[in-house]
This record gives sequence, structure tokens and C-alpha cells, in this order.
Amino acid sequence: MPEIKVTPLGAGQDVGRSCILVSIAGKNVMLDCGMHMGYNDDRRFPDFSYITQNGRLTDFLDCVIISHFHLDHCGALPYFSEMVGYDGPIYMTHPTKAICPILLEDYRKITVDKKGETNFFTSQMIKDCMKKVIAVHLHQTVQVDEELEIKAYYAGHVLGAAMFQIKAGCESVVYTGDYNMTPDRHLGAAWIDKCRPDLLISESTYATTIRDSKRCRERDFLKKVHETVERGGKVLIPVFALGRAQELCILLETFWERMNLKAPIYFSTGLTEKANHYYKLFITWTNQKIRKTFVQRNMFEFKHIKAFDRAFADNPGPMVVFATPGMLHAGQSLQIFRKWAGNEKNMVIMPGYCVQGTVGHKILSGQRKLEMEGRQILEVKMQVEYMSFSAHADAKGIMQLIRQAEPRNVLLVHGEAKKMEFLKQKIEQEFHVNCYMPANGETTTIFTNPSIPVDISLGLLKRETAIGLLPDVKKPKLMHGTLIMKDNSFRLVSPEQALKELGLTEHQLRFTCRVHIQDPRKEHETVLRVYNHLKGVLKDYSVQHLPDGSITVESILIQATAHSEDQGTKVLLVSWTYQDEELGSYLTSLLKKGLPQSTS
Amino acid sequence: FFQYCLSGHPTLPCNVLKFKSTTIMLDCGLDMTSTLNFLPLPLVQSPRLSKLPGWVLKDGSTFLDKELKECSGHVFVDSVPEFCLPETELLDLSTVDVILISNYHCMMALPYITEYTGFTGTVYATEPTVQIGRLLMEELVNSIERVPKAQSASMWKNKEVQRLLPAPLKDAVEVSMWRKCYTMPEVNAALSKIQLVGYSQKIELFGAVQVTPLSSGYALGSSNWIIQSHYEKVSYVSGSSLLTTHPQPMDQASLKNSDVLILTGLTQIPTANPDGMVGEFCSNLAMTVRNGGNVLVPCYPSGVIYDLLECLYQYIDSAGLSNVPFYFISPVANSSLEFSQIFAEWLCHNKQTKVYLPEPPFPHAELIQTNKLKHYPSIHGDFSNDFKQPCVVFTGHPSLRFGDVVHFMELWGKSSLNTVIFTEPDFSYLDALAPYQPLAMKCVYCPIDTRLNFIQVSKLLKEVQPLHVVCPEQYTQPPPTQSHRTDLMIDCQPPPMSYRRAEVLTLPYKRRYEKIEIMPELADSLVPLEIKPGISLATVSAVLHTKDNKHVLQLPPKPPQPPASKKRKRVSDDVPECKPLKPLLSGSIPVDQFVQTLEKHGFSDVKVEDTAKGHIVLLQEAETLIQIEEDSTHIICDNDEPLRVKLRDLVLKFLQKF
Repeated sequence: MPEIKVTPLGAGQDVGRSCILVSIAGKNVMLDCGMHMGYNDDRRFPDFSYITQNGRLTDFLDCVIISHFHLDHCGALPYFSEMVGYDGPIYMTHPTKAICPILLEDYRKITVDKKGETNFFTSQMIKDCMKKVIAVHLHQTVQVDEELEIKAYYAGHVLGAAMFQIKAGCESVVYTGDYNMTPDRHLGAAWIDKCRPDLLISESTYATTIRDSKRCRERDFLKKVHETVERGGKVLIPVFALGRAQELCILLETFWERMNLKAPIYFSTGLTEKANHYYKLFITWTNQKIRKTFVQRNMFEFKHIKAFDRAFADNPGPMVVFATPGMLHAGQSLQIFRKWAGNEKNMVIMPGYCVQGTVGHKILSGQRKLEMEGRQILEVKMQVEYMSFSAHADAKGIMQLIRQAEPRNVLLVHGEAKKMEFLKQKIEQEFHVNCYMPANGETTTIFTNPSIPVDISLGLLKRETAIGLLPDVKKPKLMHGTLIMKDNSFRLVSPEQALKELGLTEHQLRFTCRVHIQDPRKEHETVLRVYNHLKGVLKDYSVQHLPDGSITVESILIQATAHSEDQGTKVLLVSWTYQDEELGSYLTSLLKKGLPQSTS
Repeated sequence: FFQYCLSGHPTLPCNVLKFKSTTIMLDCGLDMTSTLNFLPLPLVQSPRLSKLPGWVLKDGSTFLDKELKECSGHVFVDSVPEFCLPETELLDLSTVDVILISNYHCMMALPYITEYTGFTGTVYATEPTVQIGRLLMEELVNSIERVPKAQSASMWKNKEVQRLLPAPLKDAVEVSMWRKCYTMPEVNAALSKIQLVGYSQKIELFGAVQVTPLSSGYALGSSNWIIQSHYEKVSYVSGSSLLTTHPQPMDQASLKNSDVLILTGLTQIPTANPDGMVGEFCSNLAMTVRNGGNVLVPCYPSGVIYDLLECLYQYIDSAGLSNVPFYFISPVANSSLEFSQIFAEWLCHNKQTKVYLPEPPFPHAELIQTNKLKHYPSIHGDFSNDFKQPCVVFTGHPSLRFGDVVHFMELWGKSSLNTVIFTEPDFSYLDALAPYQPLAMKCVYCPIDTRLNFIQVSKLLKEVQPLHVVCPEQYTQPPPTQSHRTDLMIDCQPPPMSYRRAEVLTLPYKRRYEKIEIMPELADSLVPLEIKPGISLATVSAVLHTKDNKHVLQLPPKPPQPPASKKRKRVSDDVPECKPLKPLLSGSIPVDQFVQTLEKHGFSDVKVEDTAKGHIVLLQEAETLIQIEEDSTHIICDNDEPLRVKLRDLVLKFLQKF
């Protein structure tokens, strides 16, 4: 039986290092190629030796698909393609293709220049890797090869984020990547049509959360920032350069404008302006409101938000700083955090999810004494706030997407095992489909039962639909045809055409039965009695009395002769073909019982 | 399969295709050459145009002098300009299911179709097509509505009257189909019926037909369309270009294996080389400016203007034009310049790469930043303060009948220092200039039409090999003015089928197959039999379900088991129901083996007689005979059902079922 196999190399019951292998109709596809923020050793990248120990990856993979530019979805790509070695196609959307190399370079710099690691991918490798990338449009059907096709849908999570449908033969899989089912200040909501995939692979970051309205969260956020600034404190908001940062910038920009606030807002890296440029140039990927008004007012040109200089961190007085990276695991956000952590007037707002092992995760789980490099202990006195602004679907959103796509099976990745378990039960209960949640390295096999597409000759189809003009639900019409199977082509034709095509002639099988009837009357009178009898019994059939004295019931022929010896007995010859056997045999048994007594 | 041809204009097509059970309109171009018969609409009171004498017939009658005016030796209609609509009577346009748009120039009649014909379907177009198409319509509506005309002339359209008019009015065709411009509410209503699509997106129509837009290389978001079912493929090629300008290159490969290829929108200037024309454009512009004159470029607000600005960007410093202001005047100038920068995905590779940096794909961003290019919604307002001469002005409309261009023609026409350079190929420049004559201004004709020429067409057709080509009749003969140029027509085998306005073509192909799906349970129950090496057969008896034009075959339902407790019904009550049909039989019966089989099954008195065509096998005791011939077997027996069934099964052993 045909099957689809799924093996997560990363993001199986975990968040980070997304990398999922899918085998479908003989094709192997790798979904995402991410790094894990929680590890600094080998575990930060997926274990590609699972795919092959010594062969070339290109021989084992038909294509690689990257869902969006976050490093936990694309951070291992240069390592995978240039250091392990893969030369096949890599697909991503245009914005992802534009932004991904910048984040990779950023990541490389932090790892090599700041942490001093060697054996890491180089700038040149990032460039070479990006040369293998093929950019795709939304909804474009990309033919990877003759059998395999992929199609991107809007996912809303960050600029350029996409869900992908992978289709081979009659089977299909949808991989959501990260997605968001509610539009926010700069992006639209994820959308997919009723494509009924055999399998939907969904992220499940917020598997158990049902988030309150966006408006409330925004109000909360603004209130906290405002209060801190009012009492002279500093607010640190660790973000990733692209994505949430822009949404929160728009939010603060409008608030500052409205409240006429004076405290400075800074954005840390040199990436800011560049990042905003991407948003301007890819404005077609943002939400409808921004797209509509961009000619009059570009939402990504900020008046109140300025570039940050490292020296500003020591300035007295209140300020708000957006700094990268978002999980406080390295870089500028971590530096600023160390400077400000000791003062209880200050506040750090974590606007997104933090993976295990990061400083962000530690302070969010309540840890207030952190061991930093060199055994130094950092005491955290500043206020720590968590606000889920990361644009993932919550439980409601995940269920909504399943309802939209109507998959036959669901598989959860990119979440925590416990929360997944809860969501899995909910999905199975509500949709009556199987739901899987494999761990990393564990293979899930899904059996599909595809129907088989066949070419039917128009003649046969027309004949059948003509008969069935008034379809009767209780008595469905049967269609009879011959399936010709030749070199992988399947054609359904009428039996006559099949014979003709194969150069065969029909062999006619005919039966003639003698039925004796006691009837002293003249032959033609006997025939008339038989005719009237049959006409009375077989109301739905075409019974005819022909001029030559014979009777036909549909194609069955009945003739009467006198018995050679006995004048009181008539012999009825009932003759039919094999194709009408049911009726023929029924008629003989009917006539054998004789004619009814009263026939006027 | 029919094609209804609603427009005779080869570059502004409007065809309706009846394909399987769907009705598909391909483009709805608006023929605006009709406006050349009208007087220009001046933005500022023009003493010259307002004092024109009314036209008087030869016999002295003056009843038309309000409608027709004499100007520069020609007669023009003094009225709101009107456009020539596609045919609306050839078929009921409310039955059109979908409209496919190939580029923004070919959608200008959309509001007339969607708002006036009872159309209830969907329009498909790419995002740049819609956005820029909206800008073109906005500009059109704006430039006509801002000069309100008191009267709209209709008397001259009377057939009897029209006969008496001088050319070209006398020869104007379909004047009864000429209509005034639509309004913005109608534009908005029309555009709201559009569904956005991307290149290579497969769109299912009613389960019967799939349509797919492909990049055509001509303009931002311009597309050719594939219309196909599982077995037949129609390619609609409209406005395609193989030149490398700003749009994504043309997708040729996907046009292969078409049964029919409909070819429209070829270059209107087959003898001009676009590159050469751009060169001439630049040098004429430079020369005029250097001599202290102004340059007027009548143009559309999107399209070739991007390429011209890019050329100028590279050219102005070397030509010493750095201090000359460039003005782009259109109610949609700003939007057009802004929109051009956000369609990275629809641009050629080089421009895409710039966006990845991230830099704006078009250098006019830099021209604007450095104040070399300024844009204004109209000549009123800021422009009048900033206006410095000599300068270069890009503005519409290319017909010179409405828009800000009319003002500049009046303003600059009298000086031989100035130059008007025609780059848009849609209007004859001499006709466009007619109401402004006599002119002192220099006129340069540099039409830039990047669409396919006949050499490229013949290469394309060789490459994609369609079975049949359908095209407007203009492409099947040399241009009327160059009748010796037999190279300026389509040459292919078999010769193209041509169409003209208001014709209905029957497209030459016949379907023979349809897709059907066999459900897995039914597939499992089939028993394939190898008939010849590599060919297997299986008989299929199944229930056919058809929904949304999709056919599915399912296992027949199991007959309900008769309840065991009931008394067996009498035979006569049990008239046979619709049972599975018996298969056809094939093969022949070897008599010797058949007789052996009979004997093995207990028939002891078998006798065989030879006949002319075969044999007769006699079972004497049972008074039964079996005639066996090459292609038939006839069992004649007494009414002994068990015997008949037994003999039947023995015969069937030797035959194949179909």
C-alpha cells in the first residue's frame, strides 16, 4: 500500500533546529534546515548522517524547502549544502531568499568573530549556498521534476513566511512552517484552500494556549513600557531584527506620537534600516492596510525610533531599546541585559518564545541568579515580563487551519511534547483523524489509499451518463467497461472498443431452449397468448410481437412451432445471447410453468 | 469548442472561448483610436479651440455645426471623447464564467463588460496587472472628467448622416458601439471582481478546466494563459516580448504541446527596432534641450516610461543634461513610480537581485531623490511654481486628445525649438497631431513596441509546435501599406486560422478521453489478465458517480441478503433486476479439447459432425446440439436449466471475457 514516511531530524517534540524528512511516492523532501539556539555543540545542527552515511546528499534528496528566514528554520543551510554537500534545488519565497543570507551572516559573525569558533561555515559558503536557491511565488505550482510539485501559501508568521504543499502522484503533504492565523499590525493571516492533503505537518508552539485578544496584549505592553519610562527606568526588548521588531516598532511609534512622549526609542543593530527597507520593497507581503496606504504613507519609515549606539546604554534617564537577538543568548541584547539587570527600576520584556538553554528561557522560568561566562554570577533585579507577541497560531488557530485544509492525518512538530499530547487528543477527538507527534529520529509511516486516475473513453462515459440522466439513488446504474493496462497507462473503454483495439473478434455465445406448452390452439393463437402473458408480467420490458409471428423481449427471440408428433403441444424456441442470460433463463422458467388459464 | 471574436483590433483583443462546459473571455481590450476623431479637451481655456467654425455640408445645411467643427483642415467631433467597445451582441455576455486578463493594456474595457452585461463571473489577473490597470483607468477617468463638456454629440452617428461626412469620419466603423468613458465607481466595482493570481498558479474552473497564467515578458505582471483539460490544451499568447527589459522573461517552454495556440498582441511597428528607437529618443531629447528647447513625451503612466527613465538615468550625465528638470505629470505619477518598486517578484533577474541588497529595483528612485525627476498630479498646483524651462515633460494621454499633454501641445507647439517625441505605438502620430496643425514644433516618431515581431513569432512557433494557430486576420497578410513585405505576416504549417471582428470560429480538435478515478476498494477487486505481452485487461463493473465535473467509479453496492425466514418467493415475482452486465467474449473453441472436456464431465455419447464453417457437437441422449464456429457457439437444448448452465460453463472455460 502506498505510504508517506516522516522523520524529524529536528523539531520533533521540540522547538528549534526544524528539519523534517518526508518520503512521498518515492520522492524525498527535506523541510527546513534549522539550527538550535539552545546548543553550542554538534546538537545545534540536524544530524544529516541520518540521510546517508557516506553517499552524497544530492542523491538522496529531491529538494529542500525553507519555510521562512528564522535561523531555527534555515540556520544550518550553509553547513548542510556546503560543508556536508548538497547541490540539489532549495526552494524559498523571494523575501526569504532576500533576508535569509543576512541573518546567516549575522549568525556566522556572532559564532566565529565573537565566540571564536573555527570549523564553521564562511561568508563565501553562505553565498554559494544561496546560489542554489530557487525563489517561488505564492500559489505558483513549481514542478521540481516530472512527478514532484510544490506550492507555497501565505503563512503570516514573518515577512515571506510560507506554508508548502508537496504533491507527488495522487498523494500530498502540507508543511505549515511557522504560521499565524490572526492578522497583526504588519502581516496578514495565514491562508490555505481546502486542499485535503494526506498529511498536514503543523507547528504547535502554542499548542495549549488560547491567547486573549491582540488588543489587550498591546494595551498591556504599552502600559508596562509607559510606566517604566515614567519612573525613569530603561526598557529592554530583545527581538529578532525582522518580524516582531517591526510590529512593535509600529505600535510604539504610534503610541509615542499619540501621547507625545519624549523618551528615546532605539533599535540596536545596523540591520534596522536595512530591515525596514526589505519591508518597503516587499510590501506586497504585508497586510492589506499597509499595502493600500503605502503610496501615501509608508508604515516602515519611523520618526521616533533611532539607531542605537553601544555608548547609549550607559546614558542616564529612561529609554526603550530594541536589541537582537530575541532569546538573549548572545550579541547586543545580552550585553545590554547584563548592564541593566541589576537595577529594579528597569524592565526586560520578552515578546516571544525562548528555547531551552537560552538566558531568555532561564529568566522566564523564574531564575534570578544566572551563571555567566567565567563563573560570574549575575543577579537579576530588573523586572522580567513575558508577552507573547510571537506570531504563532494558538490552539484555536491550529484547529482553524486543520478545518480549512481538511487533512486525512495530522503530524505535530515544533512544540513541547506535553503540550503536543494535549493538542493531539483534541485534534483526534474533533476531526476524527490520526494525529502523530514523532520525536527526533523517529519515523512515522502513514498509509495512503489513493484512488487511481484512469482515462475513460468519451464514448463510454457519454453512453453511461446518457443512461443515467435521471440518477436513481436506490438503484445506481452499473457501468461496464474494460480497463486496458499498457506501459503504465490505464484506459477504460467499452468492451467492444477493447476487442477492436486488440484486434480480436467477438465470440458469440447463444442459447436456444425448447419449451413445451400444452395448447391445442393454432400456432398464431398460442403466440398471441404467450405475448399477452409476457406483456402482463414484464411491465418494464419491451415486449414486441413481430409481423413474422415471433416475439421479442428486449433482445430475446421467441418462436413457436407445432410439435411434430403431438398437435396439442406447441414448442417454443427461446433464443438469447450470453449477455442476456439472466433474462433468457428467467423467460424459459416462466414459460415452463405454462400459460395462465384465463386469457381472453 | 468555439471562439467568439469580439474585437478586431489585433493588440487590444477580446475573444470568448467555449471550452468544455465553460465560457472564458480572453482579455477585454478597449479600442481608443476612436478618440482621434474628437477635438482635444483643453485644460486651460484655449482661444483657438473654442473659436473653431462649425462644419457645413456641401449643400449649405448647418444642422451639424454644433457637433462637428473644422480644425486645421479636418473635421472633428466636438464632444466628450468616446471609445469603441468590443462586440456585445455576438453572444450573451452574462453567460461568461471567467475573464482572463493578460496585461494592463488589455483590460481597459473591463468596466463596460462587468457592469453592463449582467456578468456574474470572476476575473483573473496578476497583482501588478490589477494595480497598474487601476492606475491607467484612474488617469483616463480623471483626464476626461476634469474637463466637463456640455454636449455629447450623437446626430452625426446616424448612418444616413455619417455617409455625408468627410473621411475619416465617414469611414469610422462601429460608431454605434462607441461609448463615453466609465466612472470611478464603475472602475472600482469592476476591479472588485478580480481575483489575484500568480504565474504558474493552476486555477481550477468548475472541475472541468484548468487555467494557468505564464510570464509573457512584455510588462509588469503580463501573462499568457494556458487553458487546458486533461486532454486538450489551448495556449493564449497575448502581448509577449523576448527582449530583456524590466519584466520577468517570457515562459516559452510551458506553451509546448498545445492543440491550439491563439496568437494576438504582436508588435504594431514590425519594422522598427526598439533598441534603435530608444537611442534615437535619447539623442533627439538631448539635442532639443541643448538648443534651449523643451521636450514633450506623450506617454502612458506605466510601462515603457520606466525603461526610458532608466536609459536617461544612465545617459543624462554623459550628455550633460544633469541640470535639466524632468517632469512626470499624471494624477497617478506618484503611485506608478512607487508601485514599480514593490513588484520585485515580477521583475527580471537583475532587478530582483537589487531588491535582495536591498535597493529599489528601478533607478528612478535615485532620480527622484536627487531631484532630477519630479512628479506632479497635474499642471495645476505645485507644478506651476516649480516649472522651469527648458525641460522634459512626460505626460499623457498619447492620443493627444485629453490629459495634461493637451496643454503642452498648445503651449509649445508654436516654437520650432521644442520637440514632441512619440514613443507609444498605439496611435498614428500624424492623426494625433492633426488638430494642432500647423505646428512649428519638431515632431519625432520613435515608437517603442517590445512585443513579438514576425521573425520571433516564427521562431517561437517552431519551438513550441502547436497543432493549430489562430490569429487576427491582420497577421495573415502583409501590412496594407507594405504589401510587398510578405515577411511581415505569420508563416506556419498548417496555415493559421484567421478571425475578424464579430466572427465565430470552430476550433479544430476533438476530445476522445476524459479522466475518471477508480476508488481504491474497486481497484483492489479488479482481476487483471495479461492478454498480450505487456498488455493486461480487467473488466470493470462499477457505479459511476459524477460531481462537479469529476467522475469517480465505485464498487457496486452488495445486494441485500434476502431475509432467511421468509418463504422463497415465486419465480415470477422475481423479475430480474439490474444485474451487472455480462462481459463480451472472445477466442475460439478447439473441438477436440472441447469434446474431451465433455467426456470428462460425464457426457458419454458425444458425436461430432463437420459443417461448412465448423462443427456440430451432438449430445444424443440429452437431445442437445452445440454448433461451434470460429466466432460463435450456439447451444440448443431442451428446457433443462442445470444442463444448459453446465454446458455454458464448459464453453466459457475456452473463452476470454471482456
